[in-house]
Amino acid sequence: MNSLQFDFTVDKAAKTVYITREFAAEQSLVWDAFTKKELLDQWWAPKPLMSKTKSMDFKVGGRRFYAMVSPEGKEIAWQIQDYTSISPKTNFKFLSVFADKDENPHLPGSNWDLNFSEHNGITKVFITIYNDSLERMEKMIEMGFKEGFTMTLNELELLLSTLKK
Amino acid sequence: MRRDIFQAIADPTRRAILVLVASQAMTPNAIADNFNTTRQAVSKHLRILTECELVKQEQKGREIYYSLEIDKMKEVDKWLEQFRKIWETRFNQLDNLLSTIKKK
Repeated sequence: MNSLQFDFTVDKAAKTVYITREFAAEQSLVWDAFTKKELLDQWWAPKPLMSKTKSMDFKVGGRRFYAMVSPEGKEIAWQIQDYTSISPKTNFKFLSVFADKDENPHLPGSNWDLNFSEHNGITKVFITIYNDSLERMEKMIEMGFKEGFTMTLNELELLLSTLKK
Repeated sequence: MRRDIFQAIADPTRRAILVLVASQAMTPNAIADNFNTTRQAVSKHLRILTECELVKQEQKGREIYYSLEIDKMKEVDKWLEQFRKIWETRFNQLDNLLSTIKKK
């Protein structure tokens, strides 16, 4: 298979993260994967974490409330996404904030802008994540870092079992 | 003597300790329970990590708790790399999902 584009850049000065990725699928399918909870939960969390959407109402003014769940079933991070704009199959925007389990938001949040376009059967998704504050961006990266660390937990278990022998 | 942060994370046991204390603050005993080494060996690792400011100590009652010093980790290139890796993993999962749906 031809290689699909993946770009990831962080502009600290602009407090913005830019992510571009191509997918070998038609635009409407990729759109569904980003906007339907039963599909989102199948890929949104990096394994071994699981994404668990508690509620989702995909419309302007609607909300997705979800958790990242550890392999032990512990909910480690709650997030809210409030949809602010939707142009079916081409663009949607939301405000993302961390939250507690009772859906109380921890402001400030970050503004997500997701664009979809298709060319020769390849769908390109371009994501811009703008953070209200540098602190928020660092917090987001910190959470990402912890999630990245959780991903290595499998390796850790392997290492620990080796050490114990 | 100031230690080299990269040298500190080059050791697999020390990396394992960092993973452990990333999720919650732990006492040296609780950390040592995860390894089949002596308390002394774990103490030595913790001392190196502390000198590099990768972990911080906090006294709570009689116990000392170690937790991840997140600010220092930011200096490491791995920081952003982890964040990038999440998106990479996420998108690879989406690739699989898309090809599964298409076959239906």
